[in-house]
Amino acid sequence: MTTVSQAPPTTGDRLAAFARNLISPRGAVFLLLVVLLIAITVYNPSFAEPSQFIRFVQRVAPIAIVAIGQYFVIVGGEFDLSMGSLVTAQVVIAGNLIGQDDAKSIPVLLLMLVFGAFIGLINGLIVTFLKVPSFIVTLGMMLALLGGVLYWTGGAATGNPADSFREIGRGGIRDLPIIEILPWSVVVLVVVLVLAIWFSRRPFGRMIVAVGDNATTAAYGGARIWWVKSSAFIISSLSATVAGVLLVGYAGVHPSVGRGYEFIAITAVVLGGVVLGGGRGWVVAAAAGAFALEALFTLLNFAGVPSTYRDAVQGAIIILAVAYAATTFRARRKGHALEAPATHASPDAPPTSPEASQTSPEANQTSPAPRAKEPDATASARPAPIPSTQRADNETKGGL
Amino acid sequence: MSTVAPARRARRRQLDSSVIVGIALVAVIVVGAILVSTVGRNFFSPGNIRDILTGMSVLGFVAIGQTLVVLCASLDLSVPYVISLASLIGADLMAGNPANIPFAVLVVLVVAGAIGLANGLIVTKLKVNGFIATLGTGLIIKGYLDTNYKGTSGEVPYEFQLIGATGIGPVPVSTIIMLAVALLAAFFLARTRTGHHMFAVGGSDQVSRLSGLRTARPVIIAHVLCSISAALAGLLLASRLGVGSPTVGTQGGYDLLSIAAVVLGGTLLMGGRGSIWGTIGGVAIFAVMDSVMSVMQVNPFLKDVVRGVVIVAAVAIYTSRTVERRRPRFGPGGSVSEAGSKPIGDLAATKEGAVR
Repeated sequence: MTTVSQAPPTTGDRLAAFARNLISPRGAVFLLLVVLLIAITVYNPSFAEPSQFIRFVQRVAPIAIVAIGQYFVIVGGEFDLSMGSLVTAQVVIAGNLIGQDDAKSIPVLLLMLVFGAFIGLINGLIVTFLKVPSFIVTLGMMLALLGGVLYWTGGAATGNPADSFREIGRGGIRDLPIIEILPWSVVVLVVVLVLAIWFSRRPFGRMIVAVGDNATTAAYGGARIWWVKSSAFIISSLSATVAGVLLVGYAGVHPSVGRGYEFIAITAVVLGGVVLGGGRGWVVAAAAGAFALEALFTLLNFAGVPSTYRDAVQGAIIILAVAYAATTFRARRKGHALEAPATHASPDAPPTSPEASQTSPEANQTSPAPRAKEPDATASARPAPIPSTQRADNETKGGL
Repeated sequence: MSTVAPARRARRRQLDSSVIVGIALVAVIVVGAILVSTVGRNFFSPGNIRDILTGMSVLGFVAIGQTLVVLCASLDLSVPYVISLASLIGADLMAGNPANIPFAVLVVLVVAGAIGLANGLIVTKLKVNGFIATLGTGLIIKGYLDTNYKGTSGEVPYEFQLIGATGIGPVPVSTIIMLAVALLAAFFLARTRTGHHMFAVGGSDQVSRLSGLRTARPVIIAHVLCSISAALAGLLLASRLGVGSPTVGTQGGYDLLSIAAVVLGGTLLMGGRGSIWGTIGGVAIFAVMDSVMSVMQVNPFLKDVVRGVVIVAAVAIYTSRTVERRRPRFGPGGSVSEAGSKPIGDLAATKEGAVR
């Protein structure tokens, strides 16, 4: 860690900048993912075969999609604990309403999307207008949704939906070269990821980050806080819906499908270097966090670790990863610039700009300076930094 | 009476917050009594009151500790696993022999204290968000529990079971102990230096540090006390069950319910403001609600729906009041002095509705 920070940042040494980026909180998840994948391959060489690997991606798809949705809520400064229950609810809705009738697939799918968006909107409106902490709102929603679904089904959800509907989760394009089968869930994941990247680069996507960083300044900058936050919740609920559609096919209908997804999603997002409390993060890293988490489970599986210890290892890894990210942030703040100040949310900030890594310690301590380079919405949402709050805010964020 | 008061005006306002919870509790009791009477039962019968008070005790222990942690702007999601671990260690060490009780209780409290210490150190020294840190330690404890315990274990002697089973009149001993712990915690917050520091650090870490506080210490102590109070809840559950159980904590959902009770009691989720008595009020609201729904034989799944709606609605009523109440201080005529230890924390309050 220290050796890299002492590397001369004078020349535009792309390799050094790349290495710095890799060990930065934002890049660390990719490093972790690669290490985990290599370790899995060592234990089980057949994992590297394309057909096996694509199966792995298929398994991750619902988790990654949920994590992508959770990313928008967390980067907007809120929590969504209702995702797991919503996944369960959607799975049960699909199972009960579609039944064996293929013709109902499309209407019910639309209904599920509307229902998901509706739940997200309710979450968002309660959070923004009634000023209830999102932790409590989504906790209440989690209890209410799960209880409602179980009440509706009498506690025992039965009946898988028609096979054509389940095909989305477990089928795919068959008879392809190299990978043999391209599961639909992988296609869905790619589409969702591309949409998420596109969306987070749009002015509105940047607005979510700005609101998460400092809602007061964003409001002065003209952001409609209630709509920005509500959209973040709607996005997360829609992503839970999509994950539910995939899980219906993959896992079938059961009230335990989706249980714990909210914590898995939050864990994945945090592993991806996204700061709880909002304002910093990268959606691709959040998705990579989901991959790293599932890779970790796979590795523990292959390594023959007793299944009961998996939770313990998972817990230890989460703490270490976040501690690493937090202490790196702290080092950066203290002036031991470990990385270029590109750690903030803007995903297209050039990681290899030489002047960025030369930024003086003073500039690092008060981050408005590097942030001023940020383009469009985020910059405009930050009119004049109020010195005291700005600083405290950043230090708190970095310390998380 | 409830909490530290930086200024006299603040004391009145904070008393107000407890009063709101009290009013909500009375409202719930009145509605509950009417509902219960519609099915021909008496809400105020000794048996029913005993049920409610018994229902309060376990969640009460957990919520008291959780209040301290939330006041410090952290969270403790590891409590359910600490509860299970405490019940198992306690029951195993007692092994049916009354002579082992003091030793077993001591060991349980030390183990819980160590877990809390680990939580606190991770949160303060490694700068990991309390949410993630305690989620992680909770998972680690869960791994240990799942690996080493296949089912219920140990045996609790009859003398220890009495704690969970007996009562003075309609008031169970466990509830009395819980209220005594609440009294201690309230005294700790209102009269000790560390208690004051908890409010300060929870309000604004930065301001407290600039004011010369060691900001880590109150947070660590809060986590230690939270784990210990969770362990007390675990011991109480062990005394009720007669054995230790590895799932007793998770089944109760004590992590999220205790946080909900704390917030219901008027403690700000981002820290710095709140009271123990408010939390006890929140716990009582839950207990009354549960009891009423049990008496009316509401479908257990529907109970969760009602619980979720009530949590959100109650907190919504509460926050809408406090938000109105707080705003003028930052307006032109507002008195910033009343903000006491947390001007920045209040900006954060307008900024986001979640833990940081």
